[in-house]
Amino acid sequence: MNPTASSAREEILARIRAASGDAPSTDARIINRDYLAAHVETDLVDLLAENLTDYRARVYRAAAPADVAVIVAGLLHGPRLVVPDGVPDAWIPAEATALRDQPALDPATLDLTHAVLTGCALAIAETGTIVLDGGPGQGRRALTLVPDHHICVVRCPEQVVASIPQALPLLDPTRPQTWIAGPSATSDIELDRVEGVHGPRLLDVILLAARS
Amino acid sequence: MTGVYVGMPAFPTAARAATRNAQLRANLTRATHTIRDRRARAVAELEDWEGLRQAGKAIKDETLAHLDDYLLQLEAKVTEAGGTVHWARDADEANRIVTELIRATGGSDDQPHEVVKVKSMATQEIGLNEHLAAEGISAYETDLAELIVQLGDDLPSHILVPAIHKNRTEIRDIFRERMGEWGRPAPEGLTDTPADLAEAARLHLREKFLRAKVAVSGANFMVAETGTLVVLESEGNGRMCLTLPETLISVVGIEKIVPTWRDLEVFLQLLPRSSTAERMNPYTTMWTGTHEGDGPKQFHLVLLDNGRTQTLADEVGRQALRCIRCSACLNVCPVYERAGGHAYGSAYPGPIGAILTPQLRGTASELDASLPYASSLCGACFEACPVAIDIPEVLLHLRERVGREAKEHGGHRLERAAMKAATYAMTHPAVYRAAENAAVRARKLIPKKVPFGAGKAWTETRDLPELPEQTFRQWWKETHR
Amino acid sequence: MRIALFVTCVNDLAYPGTGIAAVRLLERLGVEVAFPEAQTCCGQMQYNTGYPSAAVPLAEKFGKDFAGFDAVVVPSGSCGAFIRDVHPKLVEGAVPPVYELTEYLIDVLGVEQVGAYFPHKVAYHPTCHSSRLLKVGDRPTRLLRAVEGLELVELPGAAECCGFGGTFSVKNPDVSAAMGADKVTHAVESGAEYLVAADNSCLMHIGGTARRSGAPIKTIHLAEILAATRETVNA
Repeated sequence: MNPTASSAREEILARIRAASGDAPSTDARIINRDYLAAHVETDLVDLLAENLTDYRARVYRAAAPADVAVIVAGLLHGPRLVVPDGVPDAWIPAEATALRDQPALDPATLDLTHAVLTGCALAIAETGTIVLDGGPGQGRRALTLVPDHHICVVRCPEQVVASIPQALPLLDPTRPQTWIAGPSATSDIELDRVEGVHGPRLLDVILLAARS
Repeated sequence: MTGVYVGMPAFPTAARAATRNAQLRANLTRATHTIRDRRARAVAELEDWEGLRQAGKAIKDETLAHLDDYLLQLEAKVTEAGGTVHWARDADEANRIVTELIRATGGSDDQPHEVVKVKSMATQEIGLNEHLAAEGISAYETDLAELIVQLGDDLPSHILVPAIHKNRTEIRDIFRERMGEWGRPAPEGLTDTPADLAEAARLHLREKFLRAKVAVSGANFMVAETGTLVVLESEGNGRMCLTLPETLISVVGIEKIVPTWRDLEVFLQLLPRSSTAERMNPYTTMWTGTHEGDGPKQFHLVLLDNGRTQTLADEVGRQALRCIRCSACLNVCPVYERAGGHAYGSAYPGPIGAILTPQLRGTASELDASLPYASSLCGACFEACPVAIDIPEVLLHLRERVGREAKEHGGHRLERAAMKAATYAMTHPAVYRAAENAAVRARKLIPKKVPFGAGKAWTETRDLPELPEQTFRQWWKETHR
Repeated sequence: MRIALFVTCVNDLAYPGTGIAAVRLLERLGVEVAFPEAQTCCGQMQYNTGYPSAAVPLAEKFGKDFAGFDAVVVPSGSCGAFIRDVHPKLVEGAVPPVYELTEYLIDVLGVEQVGAYFPHKVAYHPTCHSSRLLKVGDRPTRLLRAVEGLELVELPGAAECCGFGGTFSVKNPDVSAAMGADKVTHAVESGAEYLVAADNSCLMHIGGTARRSGAPIKTIHLAEILAATRETVNA
């Protein structure tokens, strides 16, 4: 750290201490959380499906892993399918050309693929959100970003929580996270929402039933 | 703050032009009313909204009360996770730090320095793009609205939707005329449908994303407890910038901290509904330092003061630092709707700008001194604010400050005298009654249009009421004694 | 109960009819009203223009003028809210209990049907300080709906400020006028003959705008409608 940098830090901290001299002592750090831990309790999978659909994701239901492969096959617009480590082989349709991220695929290559197939860390029913944290079957962030079509499998009901307050304690802040609620969208033109700008313009979510 | 707004006229003058621009008025009315109604519905879905709002307020107040502790905690966590933290006292220092960091990433005459940018209020505030341009570094805005503003050589006029003052046809014309100068031109026969315009932006920016080595961002939240930064967005341009380049530089105001990871549960509910009226925005990215094998290899966090500590020193005004930049106050503000964002002369327009800008910059300029008066005190902003900033209260507080500072320089003399005279008359009933009686007697003499001062401002568009033959007080005497 | 009327400075000078209506209405409902003649102004203009110290003597004076009354009735949402919310910050000691007229009628007297007759189509404008500061809610419309002969029609964009805002109307005349013009347009669109509100300062701005542009809408204070009877209407 050079001297100027050091003095900027010290000066800002000194300004803060001078400015908030009237702050109460540290015992007052308890926040009154007079809000709900969740707004719903039951039928979370149905609500997740409804809210995802509301934001223009397409939702499918699979009763068994083999059904996933059939659904994926029907969704693909071309064979080049990015498949991160940890995606079960049973999900991958035979007609797809699975591209593994070993060695790491560069952005230009990713840009030429047709889709990416992943699992997720969890999904939030109330807000219609799926969360990726780079865990098994999810890959690094670029894999679900550059391809124009993201197919995501959610294991139901164990990966579905009701609300954001229920989701955060299950997530590890030291992992990179991407929360996704529908495909890429913008409201920048006359504040009308239109889908599809830079992120994947198609988001397909497959809800895979538990006992499978 | 930045030089780009210097020399702007005071608010009433700047607003005058906007009120007479029918196209602008129509664009703003349509856009603000669309989002206003949708926000109300999104908020109504949550029965505990007021509880979330009060918790949001309390968390931000706690952050501000112990900001030094939280900043040090954040610094330690970010550093531990592989990031580097820089501190900037003002805009110049922040711009210098960012420039040096970009230069340090290499580049040459063959490969000139360029960066991709995620929409960021902080870099807007410090005029980073203009500074980088002067240093020979191209900064490409990647948010659709920021792109429209940048291509159109324009200024942002809204926090969430910087190009809100442009309609689809105007945007199409800007894309057709200017995209080619910056990179891939607009497709042949581009129409003005939002989907086509979004597609044009996708094609134009994709090559920039795929080759970018450095990105510059802001952040919506920084978690002190974990060192995590959070960016909420919709289009995916944020994910592109935050994920693909080798180096990421985030410039963030020191007040953007929340103490704990858990605190995000409040703001991730408050912000999307207040800002885009969604249950959840399409994309939220969270990162903590650098992550092996995923995303940028270098992460720099530039913590920005630039007037925030002087705002913190004001007991009434500091609540403006709770702001999470949702722009709900702009969308419900009748003054913003008519005056447009440019009249506010800063990166922060609307009600929040009217209290934030004069505190960050001070009230020395005519424009900044006029901002606290740019409100009818209707209170719609306070009602909509997800962190319960009492904007009318701060406006009045700043009006007092402007009046006090003007007194020191001999300004506002007539107004101060008038206010004092009114108080004198009203605390001396005989004087008051005499003045009233004189007014009633002279009522036939009051002209329809008064040629000067406040009377002129009033009677240009409005008739004065015809004064009655007797005051209430006179009637009471006649009938009740 | 000792009840006093705080008529407000604007009403005293420019809109005595509102004060007279409030008195006649309350007397008709059996309330004996006093009018402390030393009263002048609540100090809102000074305070809201940025001169809080100039408002202090007026807040003190208000406390003295109305000391000992059990209720002070104010036919203005804006002044009522100012006295209730801000006077306690300006002066030591208790502030007299202030009720905006519709609050007094509904909350204290417990009446909605006040025996009024007003055979016209009216639209109600919920002024910002009545609705957002005082939070009078639906009290005014409940009273209006109970008026014989009156047809209450919906005002488009009702919750939007008319653009008066005290000295805002002269410090930012163009924006204020644009807001006023929109309010008048909405009032005309509602199809009402009268635009009614509980604040004459807003009505002065809206009415002045309407008269200048020749818009076919009249403005009237709520108290004057509630005070009207068959006798006064036919007179």
